This record gives sequence, C-alpha cells and structure tokens, in this order.
Amino acid sequence: MSTIKPMTNSSNNTPSAYEHGTPAIELQNVTKLFRTPSGGAYTALQNLTLSVAPGEFCAVVGPTGCGKSTTLSLIAGLERPSAGEVQVMGKPVQGIDPRIGYVFQTDAVFPWKNVLRNVTTGPLFRGQSKADALKSARDWIARVGLAGFEDRYPHQLSGGMRKRVALAQTFINGPQILLMDEPFSALDVQTRTMMEDELLNLWASSSASVVFVTHDLEEAISLADRVYVITAGPGTIKGIYHIDLPRPRHVAEIRFEPRFVQLYQEIWEDLRNEVVISYERTKQKGR
Amino acid sequence: MNVLSKKAGEPLATSESKAVLLNRADARRRRVLIYTLRVLLLVVILGGWELGTRYGVIDSFFWGQPSGIWAQIVTWVTQGTAQGPLWEQIAVTLEETVLGFLIGVVLGIVFGVVLGRNRFLADILGPYIKALNAIPRVVLGPLFIIGLGFEMPSKVALAVVMVFFIVFFNAFQGVREVDRNLLANARILGASQRHMTTQVILPSALSWIIASLHTSFSFALVGAVVGEFLGAIQGIGLMVQIAKNTFNANGVFAAMVILAIIALLMEFLITALERRLLHWRPTTVSDVTL
Repeated sequence: MSTIKPMTNSSNNTPSAYEHGTPAIELQNVTKLFRTPSGGAYTALQNLTLSVAPGEFCAVVGPTGCGKSTTLSLIAGLERPSAGEVQVMGKPVQGIDPRIGYVFQTDAVFPWKNVLRNVTTGPLFRGQSKADALKSARDWIARVGLAGFEDRYPHQLSGGMRKRVALAQTFINGPQILLMDEPFSALDVQTRTMMEDELLNLWASSSASVVFVTHDLEEAISLADRVYVITAGPGTIKGIYHIDLPRPRHVAEIRFEPRFVQLYQEIWEDLRNEVVISYERTKQKGR
Repeated sequence: MNVLSKKAGEPLATSESKAVLLNRADARRRRVLIYTLRVLLLVVILGGWELGTRYGVIDSFFWGQPSGIWAQIVTWVTQGTAQGPLWEQIAVTLEETVLGFLIGVVLGIVFGVVLGRNRFLADILGPYIKALNAIPRVVLGPLFIIGLGFEMPSKVALAVVMVFFIVFFNAFQGVREVDRNLLANARILGASQRHMTTQVILPSALSWIIASLHTSFSFALVGAVVGEFLGAIQGIGLMVQIAKNTFNANGVFAAMVILAIIALLMEFLITALERRLLHWRPTTVSDVTL
C-alpha cells in the first residue's frame, strides 16, 4: 500500500499537461464492500485513489474481478462507497449526475425500442421536446454510421451495430464525463478496432473526460492518455502510466509503433503478476 | 477473373434455385398431407362414435351422438334455448368472462408490478398470496353466489379470482427478471420513477404477462361457467346444468362445442395482440405453467 500512495501524490504534485484546476473525477482512498449472500463481506476496492483531468482519456486495466466495474458504478452514482470520497467536477457524488454518460459491457439498449427510439430515450427522459429529440437523434444515428437503420430493432442488428446504437444513445446527451465498462469486449477483433477508432473520433469532437475500463492492455494504450493498472481484487492502484503517443491515433496501426511496444512491455511487467494472482484464484475456486 | 467467376457462378445459381423449388414442393406436399390426416382423424373419431351409437356399442343416452349434438345445436340456433335465444346465452357468458378476464388481468399486473418493484412489501405479503393461491379457487364460487347473488357479478368475481393469480405471478416474475443493465442504463439516461415503470419495467415484463394471458382466458371461462353451474338465470353454464338435469347428454356436448369455439376465437385474438405488442421480439416465450 505504501508504494502506491507516493505514486499518486507525485502525479498530483507535478502538474502535467492534463492537470490544471479541479479534476473532472476524483476518488480519494475509496473502499467498497459488498455483502455476500452468506452474510460475509467482500472487498471489491480498497483505498483506491484515482483522478481524471477535464478532457482526459483515462484507461483502467486490471485482471477480471478486480473491481473495475465497481469503480465506474461509484463515479456514476449507481453505488455508494463504503469509505472514502468520490467527487465529480469538484462536488461529492450524490445520486446520478446528468452530466455522466455510461456505456455498458453487455447490451443495454432497449430491445423493445427501435434504433431511433433508443437514441431519443435520454433526451426525452431529460425533458426535451419530442421534435428536438427526434432531430438530434437522426443526427447522431448518422454520425455513428447507422443512417437507414432507424426503424430496426436491436435483435435485427449485429453486435457492432448495437454498440453504435449504445454510443449514439450516450453521446446524444452531451456527457462531460464518459464511463465505459469494457464496451467492446464482446466484439470480434476487426469490428473492435473500427469501433475504437470511431470512439476516438466521437471523443475528439467532444470535451468529455473518459474512464475506459478494460482488461485488454493493447486497447488501453491505444486509446488513453493515461493508464491505471489495478491489482487483483481487492482493487487498488498499482501503477499509473502516461501514454505519450501523438494524436490523432489510428488504432489499427498504432500497435506497430516502437513507442507503443515499449509502453506495452513496461506496463505488462506490472500487470502480469496481477493476472497470475487472479488466475490462480479462479483455479482454486474451481477445485 | 470476372468471366471465370460468372461462368462458375451460373450453374451453381440454377442448381441452387432448383433446390429451392424442390424444397418448396416438399413443404407443400407435407402441408397437404398434414391437413388431410387432420380431417381424416376427425372423421374417424366422429364417424366411429356415430356408428358405435347406431350399432349399440355406445349408449347414446349416456354418451350422446354426433348427429344428436348437431341437431341440438340446430334447435338452439333456430328455436332458442329454454332460457331464451342462444345468442343471448352466449353474450351473457362472454360478458362475464371478458369482464372477469379484464379486471383480473389489470389487478394482476398492478399487484405484480407493485410487489415486484417493492421487495419489502413482497416479503410481507408473500406468504399470504401463496396461501391464497394454494386454495382451489372454485370453492369461492358458492361464497360469491351468497354474497353477490345469481346475476352477473358473482360470475365475474369468480372469473377475476381465477385470472388474477396467474397474471399476478407472471407479472411479478417478469418484473423481477428485468435486466439489471437495462435498469442501470435507464437511470443513467435520466429516467424518473414513472419512466422506469412505464418504459423499462412494463415493456420488459410484457412478454411474461402476455404469455400468461393465453392460460388466463380459459381460466376466466372456467370461472364464468362454473359460476353459472352454481346458480344463474342465463348463460351457457346454465344450459349445461339444465341439460344435465334432463339427462340430455347431447345438450352437454353441444354446449361444450360452443364453449370451445368461443375459447378458440379468443385465443386467436390474444395471439394477434401478442404479435402486435411484442413485434420487437425475435422469438416468443412459451407459456408459463403454474
């Protein structure tokens, strides 16, 4: 634990290009316990400290079951921390903040609404007029490349297309903070690379701060300005890496750049142990 | 390259279309066979029954006779029943059934959604609802006759209790099964409590609720007819009762045929409703048996 705190402190003290003013997201020594059905307690996160600057793209990597998704739930206000503090735009999180957008790991588009209705959901919930909502929905559907598919239902679309609907559904609300929980993990590799590029384009034209959770280190490095490595549960920060690859990036090609490979090796050293620990644990559970 | 692929493609396309045609012819032949066998089965059963009674193998006094059943229906249609015209009896039973069905469905959905969304309330009321569900609900019939009289309300009440529990359990389960990701997504998108119920929970639970409607309608019909057995002034149940009292087996069967037609028509309407409401769904959930 003692090795972790100095790291975060030093990154807070040295003002980098991404850090001026209040951070968009800040978690201070956050611990989250869950009650297990048998009455015990399960520690998902322990003393986690993390901060994201306004407009920064931040990736969180860690082995499965290290509490990455829990971190997002805390920022979104879906869950409350057991200890510590979670702040968004300098204010403690209380309930769900309308400035937040959230893209889920599994399909979370509404299967009974067609593409157009799915995309208008947010604006209509937030009290926009129907005409305005429809107008901006059509615009966003076109921007994610789904023009002509407005009347389709989710089951009629491919996995990649459903993800596009989810992106439009989220981006239409103009989120200042974008939380993404392994959004592309269910897609095949080609579709995934395309969606990653698409996401970078959408993000570039917004000013959103992003927390992108993934277990895929390549994905994390290709997308992010900063990568947080989280330990195998209970999750806590193991290392923070600044990704100095130039933007705009092309996800498909960036993996061949020497700097990318160098960063990958550096971070993998850190991550490998955690993956091994997590793997050993699941093996033991299986026995 | 282009020419080559075209040449290679052409014979493939024709053989493919041939296969499609063959397949279609196969499917048509199969359909014709099935319809023929269906009709044949009916003819064998009804014909066997009719011949059995004519040759004295089956006693038509106790077990009726297809020609007699048909004659009974014709009499009812042309001369009316003992309690008045046939259509009036059908209308009375249908009104009781449909009213009981609608009230039962609405109550079932409301209670199901409220208890499904409120764990605390569900924990308190749970055992009582299970206990009530365990009672064979037809025994409530005499109670309703005493309390509500021989007219329509007592039958409607019986149909309501028959329907309520089926719909309630399905709606309750449907609400409990709503995808947690969808709920979280709706909350993030800014849904109010009312939005959550009307735009997420109800549509999601709808496939469960609609699956229960098929069973519930026949239960509503049971409620209405049994209510009429127990005491009524009009209705198909009363016709059955009278036929029984006069040892008119053909009358009982004839009433049964009329009830079957009503049930089939309603099933058809419910299926149409299901198609309309659940058009977003790739496949249909099969019925839930309770």
